[in-house]
Amino acid sequence: MILIWMICILLAGGILCWLTAQKSAVLAKWIALLTVTADLLIACWLFRIYQAFPDNTSWFINYQTDWIPALGISFHVAMDGFSHVLLLLTFFLGILAVLCSWKEIREKTGFYFFNLLWTLAGISGVFIAMDMILFYFCWEVMLIPMYFLITIWGDARRRYAGFKFFIFTQVGSLLMLLSLLALYFIHGDQTGTYTFDYFSLLRTSTGSPVMMWIMLGFLIAFAIKLPVVPFHNWLPDAHGEAPTAGSLVLAGLLLKTGAYGIIRFVLPLFPESAAAIGPWMILLGVIGIIYGALLAFSQTDLKRLIAYTSVSHMGFVLVGIFSFSNIAMQGVVMQILTHGLSTGALFVMAGMLKERLHTRDITKMGGLWTAMPAMGGIAILFTMASAGLPALGNFIAEFFILLGTFTSHPTFSIIATLGLILSAVYSLRMMQKVFMGQQTATEPIRDISARELVIMAALSISIVALGLFPQPVIDTVQHLSTIHPLLHE
Amino acid sequence: MNELQLSALLPFIVLAMASVIVILLIAFRLSHTVIQVVGFLMMCLVVFATWYVRDTLPQEIPPLFIVDGQAAVFTGLIIFCVLVIGLFSYIYFEEREENPKEYYILLFLATLGAAILTISQHFISFFIGLELLSVSLYALIAYLRNRNNAVEAGMKYLILAALSSAFLLFGMALIYMETGSMKFSGIAEKLVTIGSSPLFLMGLGTIIVAVGFKLALVPFHLWAADVYQGSPSPVTAFIATISKIGTFAVLLRFAQGIQLQHYQLATTIFSVIAIASMITGNILALRQSNLKRLLAYSSIAHFGYLLVAFLPGNNAGTEAAIFYLTAYSITLLSAFGVIIMLSPSQHEAEDLKNYEGLIWRRPIMGTVLAISLLSLAGIPLTAGFLAKFFVLSAGVQQAVWLPLLVLVLTSVIGLYYYLRIINTLFSTTVSTEAIPKPVHPFFHFSTYITLVIMAGLLCWLGIFPGLMLQGIKAFLMLH
Repeated sequence: MILIWMICILLAGGILCWLTAQKSAVLAKWIALLTVTADLLIACWLFRIYQAFPDNTSWFINYQTDWIPALGISFHVAMDGFSHVLLLLTFFLGILAVLCSWKEIREKTGFYFFNLLWTLAGISGVFIAMDMILFYFCWEVMLIPMYFLITIWGDARRRYAGFKFFIFTQVGSLLMLLSLLALYFIHGDQTGTYTFDYFSLLRTSTGSPVMMWIMLGFLIAFAIKLPVVPFHNWLPDAHGEAPTAGSLVLAGLLLKTGAYGIIRFVLPLFPESAAAIGPWMILLGVIGIIYGALLAFSQTDLKRLIAYTSVSHMGFVLVGIFSFSNIAMQGVVMQILTHGLSTGALFVMAGMLKERLHTRDITKMGGLWTAMPAMGGIAILFTMASAGLPALGNFIAEFFILLGTFTSHPTFSIIATLGLILSAVYSLRMMQKVFMGQQTATEPIRDISARELVIMAALSISIVALGLFPQPVIDTVQHLSTIHPLLHE
Repeated sequence: MNELQLSALLPFIVLAMASVIVILLIAFRLSHTVIQVVGFLMMCLVVFATWYVRDTLPQEIPPLFIVDGQAAVFTGLIIFCVLVIGLFSYIYFEEREENPKEYYILLFLATLGAAILTISQHFISFFIGLELLSVSLYALIAYLRNRNNAVEAGMKYLILAALSSAFLLFGMALIYMETGSMKFSGIAEKLVTIGSSPLFLMGLGTIIVAVGFKLALVPFHLWAADVYQGSPSPVTAFIATISKIGTFAVLLRFAQGIQLQHYQLATTIFSVIAIASMITGNILALRQSNLKRLLAYSSIAHFGYLLVAFLPGNNAGTEAAIFYLTAYSITLLSAFGVIIMLSPSQHEAEDLKNYEGLIWRRPIMGTVLAISLLSLAGIPLTAGFLAKFFVLSAGVQQAVWLPLLVLVLTSVIGLYYYLRIINTLFSTTVSTEAIPKPVHPFFHFSTYITLVIMAGLLCWLGIFPGLMLQGIKAFLMLH
């Protein structure tokens, strides 16, 4: 029940923001901040209970109630360690998203925070929904407000980016819906009970060759979200044009729903088909790593550059998932968390630079270190994190993934390692163009303010903490690849 | 005819009386308001009559009619639509140049035609219903006779509808010649012995032409955009909802009667028509900047989706189709309601430019239109999504994969133009044009409330369809 409350708080907070913004925009901002903070506190409190839970490999909270019984659709939410970690990430980045749009959004503030909170609600719903139709609803609920965030508050080419984002993801969603229905009827024919419940569908026997097609329907939806390389086209536009908080949520959370979907649904529901297609997906992942890194190197638009680094990093996630090894899976979860933090931080920084310089073009920047030494220092920390330097979270994640993959696919693993070198190349180029070299700006530029410092400090502390003490996270999710989800019901 | 049979026809008798009463009221020179209120009460009476006779259903009234649960559902839907359209008509025609009174006679007659279609099980009643509907529509479409578009639209509809009636008659004659029966069940019995002969298939083909014309399916869709644009907005709403519901109801009953799905050729024809409609409708709508024309093309596509539910010919398909029509009617009525509310008296608010920044200028109207567009696009949390979901699930059950894939892909094309309008609604260019004061505060206010309720209904159906589904199932049991 508490899970539903967490979503309801966000939904209600969103509506409240919209209503109060007519009177006072400041009040709406505070309401938004308080709602997300409340959710983060609840999630933290649950985490403490979870740590004390006797067997923390099982479903910690499980709540089910009728929704549309005629079709076997129920309102079923449940949470295990993996969901829990992702929820914590969602609310943490949610707070930062509210904070970093504090000054940036000047018009239609109420509607903006409404959309932001509803996106967060959709994302948290995706992470806990255990009924496939509920999952699909949440999947769409996170999409539509995000579309509005991009098209109303985005940059110059926001319409184009919004369309592309929405249409790409919608193709995937509808294919997934079709597969979902096919699975529903196959399961119904096999067992006689027609239901959309995740745990029941897991019992579907998956021998038939049709399963491959059904699996592909799911996989394409998640691959577009992740994004896997041939489907990544929407990402640079959407990330580039979205407002800062939009990019933060897109990179930090929305991409993760793709990874979550593959881990939670594709692998357990279709184990044979997933294993059959595994090497191909690893190949696509490796292509993504190299291709994303090369494109990132050649960008001049700061936000697009960061967007392409996401393509590269998500390639690691794909490789890790389909290597089917325990250690790689732990690396994947670490990567999901640390990429959310480091890329999120870079986007926030790009937003701050844009607020000051009114450009995203890195050829027009340069020598900013003199004007903003504090921001420069933080920028170094996060570019290094992104490049996978030890002591920072990303290192652990990528190291685990490569280690896990090496045993089964040594060649791919070696090629993927090149991605680490390339990431150092594009990160250093970005640092050098923006903060070093000849100073180009003529008017004086402020260094970061107290509010911005709070955001960056929170992110920095988390990324270092994850780099030095990854064990709590690894403990929480260590059941993922070793145990079939049904066994720890 | 015994008493029970007569009482089963009660709703239709009341509906027929409504037009007579309106004629009398006009003879006594009563005002528009009185006619509106009486019309409203009569329609409520029809609903009440349907509810009153529901326990005696199903009743067959040989040879022409059968009043069963399916007919009751479709009739209920038609009456719901005419209630809303009647309400919209008041503010619309009160501000127009024509005398609005005769409009209601035609409106109720056309509704009667559509209602007769839902209960007909015989070629004669099929034809009478369809003609009653079409002939009233000729006049309704060209009701604002001094406007160029209206006359053009009326003319187009007249010629094409007359042609399609000719096709229908010819097809009926061919089938009658082959089977010697005009009753759907009689035809079915005969067909068992003679199998599907070429003459029968030809007759079936020409009937499909006529029905395809009424439902604006590709390739019989050419009239749709012009007629939608030229007609007065309430009449457009009527064509888009009631006329199509009635025609679809009779098509469904005909298909059930002769078990159309058993004829491979017929199924193929319908799949091809469905696929063509989905593709053509969505592609033609892509660059359209006139909202009424755009809705015309989108309705072509939507009836393509509906045919996918019709293809399997099973119970799930029927339920899906009824749910789809309900969601679609509510959605379109709210969209047209917004158009009517925004139309100044000289012209229609049909150009997309009129809608720029609507959500900031008139938040409630904007929200209603946005919700109905999201529902048309089939986005979750709106009725349109679940409607599409049921259609998909009916199709998956019978494994009609090709139409399903086309449905999915064309829905994505459809998203583009719905999003384009939504973008326009949310665009920031705020025009300073003042909102005119409503001339008829009471009717203005009730239209407003109706629109809000319908938007709420769309969301409610989109989240909790359970009650509605149970209702449909319970009614379909009565046959």
